[in-house]
Formats: sequence, C-alpha cells, structure tokens
Amino acid sequence: MGEGTIVVKELDSGFKYRVTEEPGGEHLMRCYACGTCTASCPVRSIDESFNPRKIIRMAILGMKDEVLKSDFVWLCSTCYICQERCPQDVVITELMNALKNIAVKEGIIHPGYVAQATEIGKFGRLYEIDDFANKKREKMGLPQLKSEGKDIQTIYKSTGVDNYIAKPEEEE
Amino acid sequence: MEYALFLGCTVPARARNYELSTRRVAEALGIRLVDLDGSVCCGFPIKSVHYESFLLTAARNLILAEEKGLDICALCSACTSVLTEVNKELGENEELRKKVLRKLGIRKKFRFSNSIRVKHFARILYEDVGIDKIKSKIQKDLEPLKISAHYGCHYLKPSDIYDNFDNAEHPKSLDELIETTGAVPVDYENKNLCCGAGTLAMDENISFSMANKKLRSIKDAGADAISLICPFCSVMYDNNQPTIESKFSEEYNLPVLYYPQLLGLALGMNKKELGFNMNRVKVAPLLEKLKQ
Repeated sequence: MGEGTIVVKELDSGFKYRVTEEPGGEHLMRCYACGTCTASCPVRSIDESFNPRKIIRMAILGMKDEVLKSDFVWLCSTCYICQERCPQDVVITELMNALKNIAVKEGIIHPGYVAQATEIGKFGRLYEIDDFANKKREKMGLPQLKSEGKDIQTIYKSTGVDNYIAKPEEEE
Repeated sequence: MEYALFLGCTVPARARNYELSTRRVAEALGIRLVDLDGSVCCGFPIKSVHYESFLLTAARNLILAEEKGLDICALCSACTSVLTEVNKELGENEELRKKVLRKLGIRKKFRFSNSIRVKHFARILYEDVGIDKIKSKIQKDLEPLKISAHYGCHYLKPSDIYDNFDNAEHPKSLDELIETTGAVPVDYENKNLCCGAGTLAMDENISFSMANKKLRSIKDAGADAISLICPFCSVMYDNNQPTIESKFSEEYNLPVLYYPQLLGLALGMNKKELGFNMNRVKVAPLLEKLKQ
C-alpha cells in the first residue's frame, strides 16, 4: 500500500468519543469539512503541516496515533479566527486544546509547554520576579511583587497534572 | 471608578513600560487601580496542557477580586480572555462552580460573573471612561503621527464571551481611541492577523513569519508606529523586530507603543513617566516628529 494510505483496521473508532468527552471537544462530530478553518488559518498559510480541517477529519476517522504523536497538534496559535468563522460551531480552537489535553494524558507533551507549566509551578508566573527584578520595578516607581508557586503546586497536586509534566523530563 | 489590577506574567516582568504608562494614565483619568495581591498566572498556558488545572488557576484569581468586590482590569489580552471565559462559565454553571470551589478547598460562596466582571484596560477606557471624557483631558494633539492599530486576537475573541463588544472581524474601538489623541489611524492589509506569539515556544519560524507579514503591511501603509494593547504582541513586534528584520532582510524601524503610552503623550506626560526607555525600537524619531 502506498504512503498515506489509511488502513481501516489500524483506526481507533472509539477515539472520536474520547475527544467529545474532553472539555472543548464536544462538537467534533459537527464538522462537515467545508475547510473555512484551513482557509482562514494564519499558521496554515505558513506551514502546510498544520491543517485544521485535516486534523478534525483524522480525529473523526480514528487516526489517534497520527494525531496525538504529530508535531502539528501543538502549532495552533489560538488566534480563534477558525472558531469565529466555523459555520458548524465546531469550536475549533477549544477542540485543538482538547486534543493537546488528550496527548498530555497519553504522556505526549511538547517541551515548550513542560517548560511553561514548570515555571508557573515554581514562581506562580511564567517569569520569576526576583530581587533584581523588584529593584528595577522600584526604580520605576512600581510596587514590589512576590513570586510564589505554592498555590499552583497545590492545584497541580490536586489534579495530578504534576505527573504529566514530569514524564517527558524523565524520558529525556 | 475602581478596579482590581490583574498584572499576569509578562507585564510585570517584561512590559514594565506598559504597566507604568497604564498606572499613570489611569491616575490622570480618575481610575483607581487596586493591586491584586496574591494573584498568579491567569492559567492560559496551562489550558493547552490540562483543562482542570487551568480552570482552578483562573478561578483562584477571580476569587481574589470577588473578595475585594472589584471588577478586574487586565492588561494582557490572553489574561482578559481566559479570565472572562472562566468567570462566565463558573457564573452560569452551578455544578461546575461547586466542584471548582470544593477542589480549591474553599467553603465560602463565590458568584463569579454574577458578582464581578473582567475587562481589558483598553475596553475600560472605551466603555467606562468614554471617548468624550478622554478628549476633554487631552493636552497635546498628536496630529502629526500616523498610527496603525493592532488589536491582536484575544481582546475581541472568542466573541461569544465578550457580550457584543466591538466586532472581531471589523474592529474599530482601538482606532477610535487612537483618533482621540489626535493621531491619524492608518488602516492596513492583514489587520486582523495574529502576532504569532502563541507558537513562539513551539516553532519560532512560524511566529516570526506571521509577525513579519504584519510589519511589512504596516510599513507599506505608511504608518509611523504601531499601537497595541497586549504584551505578547509587543514581544513579537517590538522585542523581536530586530531579529525579524535580519531573518527576512528587511528594515522596518517601526516603533511599537502600548496604547497607554500613546495616550500618555497626549495627556502631556513625559517619556520617563511612560517608560519609553524600555521600548526596544527607538521612540525618539516619533517624539521628534511631534516637536516639528
């Protein structure tokens, strides 16, 4: 069989239901493949590997591994243009988040997101406001800020997300 | 007029010029901004990783504002969008609200969107202060300047959380705010194009190509500068402008001003009060043009 052929017995027909159960993925099955999303997508206009219509079709067909293990699933810029224009209210930006969430639960996470989530867990923010940064703030007449990750750590522990964030680091 | 100021991650660390100019402008217009002590990241970066953790993080920030009985004023458009979304969701969905509060270990009742609102500072200027009041405070007409507005994505989208504020496909509120300073708003191709910051940590090439497209369009339209209202967008157009110029063999020299910096000039503030030394692309040529 040629490259790109879809082998039916390799498809996971239950995958679409997993997606519709994930927050943001509820409207997956509404897609009638008009392609408004792909035509509007600013990422697609630069990198053809990111194609929302194709990703949605792959998810509906049950091409689970191809979707979750791809690089493209992480490339959505969350600009919401597709979501605004979708005539079927597939809520595409949120759907992309749902796919990423499922990938994470399968132990697949982009290192960029591991880094961001880890920083937020440490400092409560993406960037630490240390003494040096606070001095700069003081000089400009801005109030001092604390950087504490305590509350975020509590949230991470309660939801179990810390397991997912740690996984790829162990594998590296 | 009083709001809880939500700074988020990028503004206090990388966009102190935005923070400073916002505080000064707010003061001049009689808006009281109360710092939201104990606030953390809005949750936006966590949304792609784990929805429930995102929800709890956003809720935790909203609760801090509700405790003070104040509406939130956010400066970052991504913060505005996710806090608005979660506030609405938890206000409308009682079951989810109870679950979130339980998970956070909070016994007290919170009402979210039934009690407080979340607004971007630019929207507060446009809706709550109003164009007429701002106009009455203008001390210096910025008429010689031609400025292109960049709305970014999350300021107006997803539109269903913003209760019909402006129009995501044909926005006008920021153009009107620019016009209020006397400066001339300049339209351009690709006006609604995303800055690309959302993919910066995943694929730099895509982000820089997206930002480059818009910088080219704005330069071609003949604008003197860009005005915007989100620190992520500014990281792309201002901080990364030299990188983009060398990568695509272009020369833009397009100053990027946060809207409060532009308005501050019109309110008669000096460059120190507006933090212009933190703008990566030199603002001096603009100030020169104003002197002529």
